[in-house]
Amino acid sequence: MRQALAVGRKEFWQIVRDRRTLMILLFVPAFFLVLYGYALNWDIRHVRLAVMDREHNRDSRELISSFTHSTFFDIVATVTSMTDIETLMDRGEIRAALVIPEGMSRDLRSGRVAQVQVLINGDNANTAATVFGYAQAIVRGVSAQLRLGLVTGGRVPPPISAEPRIWYNPELTSTLFLVPGLIGFIVMISSVVSTSMSIVREKERGTWEQVRMAPISTVSYVVGKTIPYFAISLVSAFFIIAAAMLLFGLPMRGSWLLLLFTVSLFLAGALGTGLLVSTLVESQSLAFQVSLLISLLPTIILSGFIFPIASMPAPIRAITVVVPARYFLAALRAIVLKGVDAHVVSMELAALGVYAACVLGLASVRLGKERA
Amino acid sequence: MRRLGFLVRKEFQELRRNPRMLRVLLIAPVLQLGILGYAATTDVNNVPVIVVDADRSTASRDLIGSFEGSPYFSVVGVTSRHEDVEDALQHRTAWMAVSIPVGYGRAIADGTPVTVQVIADGTDSNSTTVGLAYATSLIAEKAVDVALARIGAGGLVRPIGSLEARTRVWFNPQLLSQHFMVPGVLALLLMITTAVLGAVAIVREKELGTLEQLNVTPLRRWELTVGKLLPFGLIGVIQTFLVVGVAVLWFQIPLRGSFPLLFVLSLVYLLCTLSLGLFVSTISSTQQQAMMTAVFFFMVPMIYLSGFIFPIENMPEIIQPLTYLIPLRYFLVIVRGIFLKGVGLESFWPDALMMLVWGLTVLALATVRSRKTLR
Repeated sequence: MRQALAVGRKEFWQIVRDRRTLMILLFVPAFFLVLYGYALNWDIRHVRLAVMDREHNRDSRELISSFTHSTFFDIVATVTSMTDIETLMDRGEIRAALVIPEGMSRDLRSGRVAQVQVLINGDNANTAATVFGYAQAIVRGVSAQLRLGLVTGGRVPPPISAEPRIWYNPELTSTLFLVPGLIGFIVMISSVVSTSMSIVREKERGTWEQVRMAPISTVSYVVGKTIPYFAISLVSAFFIIAAAMLLFGLPMRGSWLLLLFTVSLFLAGALGTGLLVSTLVESQSLAFQVSLLISLLPTIILSGFIFPIASMPAPIRAITVVVPARYFLAALRAIVLKGVDAHVVSMELAALGVYAACVLGLASVRLGKERA
Repeated sequence: MRRLGFLVRKEFQELRRNPRMLRVLLIAPVLQLGILGYAATTDVNNVPVIVVDADRSTASRDLIGSFEGSPYFSVVGVTSRHEDVEDALQHRTAWMAVSIPVGYGRAIADGTPVTVQVIADGTDSNSTTVGLAYATSLIAEKAVDVALARIGAGGLVRPIGSLEARTRVWFNPQLLSQHFMVPGVLALLLMITTAVLGAVAIVREKELGTLEQLNVTPLRRWELTVGKLLPFGLIGVIQTFLVVGVAVLWFQIPLRGSFPLLFVLSLVYLLCTLSLGLFVSTISSTQQQAMMTAVFFFMVPMIYLSGFIFPIENMPEIIQPLTYLIPLRYFLVIVRGIFLKGVGLESFWPDALMMLVWGLTVLALATVRSRKTLR
């Protein structure tokens, strides 16, 4: 333990002496959270919609008003021809268009399927998919409503109605969804990037021989290397979380102790990943490449930060099992937004623990071999 | 010129001596593209639903059957206890709960209106919005069936049709997130590999003290810069071919526009990323600093503020001008334009021009800086 502390102290002073790196590690994460938390918006609201109504009757007005009653769509234009829609769409003035054909009500009343056209600008497929799904659902809802009116004569209330309730994020703001993801991303990147060079640097500079000869066990060496980064990252992680709560209204419904434990486990895994990369490669530039490739995009795309894991194809879902940010995000969201107890997130915590143990263990084994 | 040739050869030799680096540079982008291309999807299907059936009647089982039969939902459990809802939503084993009240079956039979509660976990705001709309419309359709059954087939004067949304998506008809994401991943991977390589290549010589040696050789400053960056430019070109190949052959993303144009503009983009790497190397004295600076001040902003995932027009107006500082923003417009819309220079020449200006500016900045620091 004394040995580990000695290594830790040396590593700590080395970081502190490099002012820029220390500042980057301590404060840039919080700054990032502020900038991106503010900039990023996943809300799909007020999609600019053009309407072309060829039917002009009660049914068509009912359909249009269901589109406007949601905050999802704003009608910005009423047009009379398809070419108008095309020009508006090309100029980017509308993102979607609703075309109601002539004879819709007649079709409806004579047992046929009346087709309503919804046109969507697909150049951002991520948001277009959501608009697509929502428009489909609106038309189905209106269809059922109109059918019911025809069946009952429109005077009785529907026999069954749905009463929606939204828990945890009743205003459905994307900030509360994205900010935990940003926290995980920032913590992961800064930990992996900072440790991935720590050992390979000694190799490249020739100080590795001294470490090999030093009378110190490999485990103490690994622990010593990790401790200072762990301390710094933990401080910066709580800066981030505090910033998220103060500025973006991220609630804290669960226990701080549980949060501390979760963050620590995740940090241990992230730092271990960097350390492992550092033991596997022989140059800092390769360490840099590898650590970016395994942490940057996977943490964004495979962690459930933006894209729901449940919607991914099965082989990709299988890959996400080894992405630690996935468990961290699930646990973080559950703790801060839902205020759950430890047993609810026990699976996630166990996965984070196993991951950390694996990468730190592998790094120790690799180092032990290199020192022998 | 001959001297330049020597330097380029030296750099290549160094690369060849490090075969793992080459492997990482060539295989990793393809692998990443393969995985990430499939992962990025925001479609809402198979939303896990838990049903609280307090009624346990034929009518309630019928409603559960409709949820089971719908492609939008998958029923993960039927329970009679309300506490299970909280448990399932907390564990996120279900995103939604449908609660059928006691007396549901009787109400249906008697013809009195009845309300079914739909509880949604609002954490994932967009999926929830769409999922709730699907659930509401499904229950409304059920209501029609119930009303029809009550009248009986003979009670209807005329048959009743329905409305159907025929949705057409422009520029990306199959609405594949892949078509949107894959060109973006191309731009990002090029940035990661080339900018980083450029940054580290020169700082490394600084750190090892070999830059001083290069400085006393008859090499001119520009020869040193070009010679250092040229090999990485070439690697970038190979990566471009690999990634475009995977995008077109594997993901079957149609390349509607001109490939030569894409290629030339990729070179301009590479000029940007390599100059950026060079610039970072001039303001850093250790490789770790170079890496931190490149990642935190350049790459992460590029990912989030370029429109790669998050639409720029959704950002607050104060932030939007910042995005013009990001070369990736321009390249994304170009790549997506060529791939998805099949448009040419006539529609995105301002972006191409801005990108070129950005690259040349940063290159000039870096050259000026390096003159100061190296002498």
